[in-house]
Amino acid sequence: MHMMYFTEQPMSAYDEQAGLAYGATALNFSNSYFDPNEGSRLYNEYLEDYLLAEEYGADGIMLNEHHNAPFCMQAKTNVFAAILAATTKRVKIVILGNPLPLCDNPIRMAEELAMIDMISKGRLVPGFVRGGGQEQLASGVNPAYNRERFIEAHDLIQKIWSEPGPFRWEGTHYQHRVVNPWAVPMQKPYPRVWVPGVLSKETIVWTAQQRYPYIALNTSIDHTREIWKQYSDTAAENGYTAGPENFGYLIRVHVQDTEEKALQNARQFMWMQGEFTGLAHPVWANPSGYFSPSGRRNFVQFATGRAVNPRGAPTFEEQLASTMIIAGTPAQVIEKLKYVVENTRPGIMGIWANDGNVSREDRQRCIKLLCGEVMPAIKEFGAKLGLKDPFEANAPVHLRYSTDLKAPVKAAAE
Amino acid sequence: MSVVWTDTVKEIAGTKMHVSRAGSGRTVLVLHHDIGTVDRLPFYDALAEKYDVLVPHHPGWGKSERPQWLRHPRDIAAMHTWLLTEMGAKDVSLVGLGFGGWIAAEMASQSPTTFHRLVLVGAMGIKPPEGDIADQAIVSYIDYPRSGFHNQDNFAAVYGDISIDQLEQWDICREMSFRTAWKPYMYSQTLPHLLGGVRTPALVIWGDDDRIVPISAGKAYVSALRNATMTTVAQCGHFAEMEKPAEVAKLVTDFISA
Repeated sequence: MHMMYFTEQPMSAYDEQAGLAYGATALNFSNSYFDPNEGSRLYNEYLEDYLLAEEYGADGIMLNEHHNAPFCMQAKTNVFAAILAATTKRVKIVILGNPLPLCDNPIRMAEELAMIDMISKGRLVPGFVRGGGQEQLASGVNPAYNRERFIEAHDLIQKIWSEPGPFRWEGTHYQHRVVNPWAVPMQKPYPRVWVPGVLSKETIVWTAQQRYPYIALNTSIDHTREIWKQYSDTAAENGYTAGPENFGYLIRVHVQDTEEKALQNARQFMWMQGEFTGLAHPVWANPSGYFSPSGRRNFVQFATGRAVNPRGAPTFEEQLASTMIIAGTPAQVIEKLKYVVENTRPGIMGIWANDGNVSREDRQRCIKLLCGEVMPAIKEFGAKLGLKDPFEANAPVHLRYSTDLKAPVKAAAE
Repeated sequence: MSVVWTDTVKEIAGTKMHVSRAGSGRTVLVLHHDIGTVDRLPFYDALAEKYDVLVPHHPGWGKSERPQWLRHPRDIAAMHTWLLTEMGAKDVSLVGLGFGGWIAAEMASQSPTTFHRLVLVGAMGIKPPEGDIADQAIVSYIDYPRSGFHNQDNFAAVYGDISIDQLEQWDICREMSFRTAWKPYMYSQTLPHLLGGVRTPALVIWGDDDRIVPISAGKAYVSALRNATMTTVAQCGHFAEMEKPAEVAKLVTDFISA
């Protein structure tokens, strides 16, 4: 198993009352409430936390990217990935993910990632995402072409990494006359791409078609099993059998010496008024054209206040009960995580451990207990279940590099 | 005298376009708003009492198919021009409503002597010298159309209890608006430079409380066109033909029949 440490890098030093008074804490909640002195302090503390996670044994550091909101300070994931490339020695640097459609120049993205891979001496996992609706609005990128841009940008980056330049690209959304970057990744055939997601069936299917691992982001156990089924069926249709090396799972876990303290800090997972990306109008998260047409009818009712949030809005207690949040002492956490691992069988696990206003001291204690005690126990448990990560399994980086393909198997008609 | 509307489908640029038609006499092409159009409106009926009125659904809007390749109101304009040719329509007057006004202006810029009259009602298409065109991406499917009415009673008179079907339609309309007018949002940087050649007399109509397209854009249209005048409608928002149908219809018919 590959186990990695994650935090959103919350901008915890913002005026929560001002956000509540404004009625939104995303997209257009004024950045006059962003204090760069506090931002500087927090970035440097988070960097220390990452080094601590490496020191105490995490296999990887997971990074992400969001814009215009206090819940996440990672306005450019490649910046922190570059910093980690230079300041860490052993951990995988796992970007989950670069929002590809925000990219007006995929060549530039390929260059940056290649530089990071080389500086890190081949430790980069450059995951890609579609990016949430708010990210499209914050970046001025057209949400109606989000999926098309994602696929085309990926295909261009894949070509850059697997074929020599110079070549020319005359695509639908990207046109480049001289594709020939003098920055090429060390890892061959190219760095492993992992794809995180939550809801979209099309993303699951596309990811399985590439044979890229899919990372389910804190979905319920039942929903996770549905995702694995969809992925596995698509895998079979493409001639391979999906295994733990194709699956990853992100879960919120906070560990402390006492259960009481762990629960108290775990409440910080609800710090953005319960909606982890901040209070926002539904049409910001899902601008028209962004989601699948099959979800349109339900969504328009939710967006006009006529129906409940399709993602649900479970309380803290409900999330504890359903193991979407786990909090406790190392022994308690290990027991609950074993249950989750047994029922989801991932080869990759992201532990989202610290959020909101958890103090620096408590964050670091959590990291030490998590990486030093919990992760080794879960990895040992996972090994017994045969849960290999893609590195251990020597899984092909992409479907095209497979050496084990069989005749495609169509899923049984539903 | 009651107006009888017929609906047909025409294939234009490989796309099935829905067209509603009623009345007789001079041909008037109505180009609807970014929020689509309801099937029947008092304004359309008023025009159909005097003219042969065509109300197509823009490609991708309403009952018209969506061409995946469509990218810009200029493309939509070309399809409407093609539609008019297909239908053998001559000496057509254009009545462009909001986003439809941008399309009408594009059509006129490409065919500067073809059209009999050009009417632009709260038209998008030119960057307002003062203020910005309201961004529909930030507000809900109901709040955006609401913001185009001065008096909310007039919104209710048109839309009543808003059905889920209507909400779905508004989302599809919004998606098409994004597909064709995302950036720069709802205007062309080049169109104002191309309107000087238009010989067709133009009437620019603006609601005095248009909170979607600032009235400065209307004035910019008048400056850009060589033969245009402007009239404002009192107590009226962006969707002037829906809020003040009788008044706007009279302005239009007086102008077309002059």
